[in-house]
Amino acid sequence: MYKNDGRIFADIHDLWWENEALPSLSSFELSRRGLMAGTAAAATLPTVADAASPAPSDPAHTAKVAVEVNGKPEQLVLDTRTTLLDALREHLHLTGTKKGCDHGQCGACTVIVDGRRINSCLTLAVMHQGAKVTTIEGLGTPDHLHPMQAAFVKHDGYQCGYCTPGQICSAVAVLGEIEAGIPSHVTEDLTGPIRATNMEMRERMSGNICRCGAYSNIAEAMAEVAGEKA
Amino acid sequence: MRAFSYERATSAKEAAAKAAATPGAKFIAGGTNLLDLMKIEVETPTHLIDVNGLGFDRIEPTGDGGLRIGALVRNTDLAADTRVRRDYALLSRALVAGASGQLRNKATTAGNLLQRTRCPYFYDTNQPCNKRHPGSGCAAIGGFSRGLGVVGVSDACIATHPSDMAVAMRALDAAVETVKADGSTRAIPIAQLHTLPGATPHIETSLEKGEVITAVTLPKPIGGTHIYHKVRDRASYAFALVSVGAVVHKDGSGRVAVGGIAPKPWRVESAEAEMPQGAKAVAAGLLAGAAPTRENAFKLTLVERTLGAVIAQARS
Repeated sequence: MYKNDGRIFADIHDLWWENEALPSLSSFELSRRGLMAGTAAAATLPTVADAASPAPSDPAHTAKVAVEVNGKPEQLVLDTRTTLLDALREHLHLTGTKKGCDHGQCGACTVIVDGRRINSCLTLAVMHQGAKVTTIEGLGTPDHLHPMQAAFVKHDGYQCGYCTPGQICSAVAVLGEIEAGIPSHVTEDLTGPIRATNMEMRERMSGNICRCGAYSNIAEAMAEVAGEKA
Repeated sequence: MRAFSYERATSAKEAAAKAAATPGAKFIAGGTNLLDLMKIEVETPTHLIDVNGLGFDRIEPTGDGGLRIGALVRNTDLAADTRVRRDYALLSRALVAGASGQLRNKATTAGNLLQRTRCPYFYDTNQPCNKRHPGSGCAAIGGFSRGLGVVGVSDACIATHPSDMAVAMRALDAAVETVKADGSTRAIPIAQLHTLPGATPHIETSLEKGEVITAVTLPKPIGGTHIYHKVRDRASYAFALVSVGAVVHKDGSGRVAVGGIAPKPWRVESAEAEMPQGAKAVAAGLLAGAAPTRENAFKLTLVERTLGAVIAQARS
C-alpha cells in the first residue's frame, strides 16, 4: 500500500532531514539506499561493512579474485571468508542483492553467475575467478527496466520488496531454464518439451521465499514475460 | 566463520596428497553444504582446497554401455542430461526433487553424496552430538526426532543421510571412482561408500584421508519404469520424511532404495525379491531390525504406503 506513494518518502524526509534543504524529493531522487546510507552516517552508526567483512590482515587468509560484475571488470583482494554476497554488497557496494537468511534457504541473495542463478551467500567470492556476475543492478535501470522488472511492477509482485531482487534474478533465470529444456519436479514427461506453466514456475521458484506472500502475483509477472497464461 | 587459507587445486593427485598432508584441510566444490556449516562453526577447516578447476565436469559413456559422471557435474546438468533422462530417469527425478534451483546449479555430484546430515542437533552447537563431538552424547534420541532415522541407526546416533540423489544412485548400482593420496585409484560400490554410525557416527564414509572422488559411474541401463516418490512436509524445497526410489519391471520384479529413514541410502537386496508380492512384504524386509523413536515410528507405515503407491503407479 506504500509503494508508488510519495508520502512515505516525505514522512521519512521530515523525520530525518528536517534541517537540510533537499532538492526535488517529489521526483524520487532520494532512493531508499541513499536514505539508509545517509541516515547511518548521520547517526554515526557503524556501517554494515565493519561487521560483515573484517579487514584482511593475515596474508595467509587473503586472496585475489578478478570477476566481471554487470559487465564491469573488478579486481578484489579479500579475506578468504568473504562470500560472493558480501563481496557484492560490502566491497562493490551493489546493495541491490539482499542478505536474508545467509544460509541458502530464502533466495534473497540470488544472482546470476555465468548464466546460472545461485545463492550468492553460499559461495566464496574467491571461488569465482573469471566469472561473469549479473545482479539486479545489471538487469535493468530505473529508466530501462528489464521486462521482468516491469512485469513485477505491473503485477504487484512484491510488498515490502526485500526479496524482490532475488525473486527477479531467479525469475529471469527460471525462464531461461525452461527454454533450455531443464526439467523440474513437476515436469510430467522428462523427454518431452517443457512449457512455462504456472505449476512449473511455482515449483522452480520454491527457493525464493516471500514473507509478504506475493507468490501468485510473481507467477503472473513471470507468465506475462514468458508469454503464457498464469 | 573461522579463518582459513585457500588454494585452487590443479590436479586430483596433488589435491589428494595435499589434503592428506595438511591438518584441517577440506575440499570445496559447490560449497552449498560446507559453507553453511562453516558459518555456524560446525565445520572449521583451516585450509580449503578448491577442486572446481579439476575438469571433472563431463558425462561420458563407459566402455560397457553405462555412464561416467564427473564428480563436478552440477546437479542441474546431471538431471537435464538427455541420456540420464532417457535411461536413468530415476536419477533425474531424484535430483529435481531435491533442494532448490539455485542450489542444484551449484551442488556437485560428489558433494551431494558427501553432504552432512540435517539433524537439528548436529546443527545446534549448544547440544551434545556424537557426530560433531564424539563422545558428547546424542540429543536427538529422546529429543525432537520426527525427521530422523529408524533403521541402520545406533545408540550413538539416529541421523539420516539427507540426499535424494544418493537414493537413486544406490538403486542404480552406481560406483564411486577416487584418487587416493598416494596417487592410486579405486572404484567403491555406492553400497560401501557410506558407513553406519555404530559407536563412531563421526565416521560417515569409507574414504581415506585426502581421497578425492573423481567420478560416479552407472552400469548400463536396466530398463523398467523409474519412479522417485518423495514425501515431505511441503510440496517443494524440503528434505524427505520418506522417499522411495524404484525401478519396476513388467513382471513385477524390481529394485527399491529408500531415503529419509537411515544414515545412508537404504536398500536391502533380499527384500526386493518380494516385489511381486507387494509393498507389505518388501517393507518388512527393508525395515527388519528398525529402532524408531516414539516420534518417528510413523515412518515405518509411511515407507510401506509410499512403496505401495509406487508399485501401483508402476502397474498403471
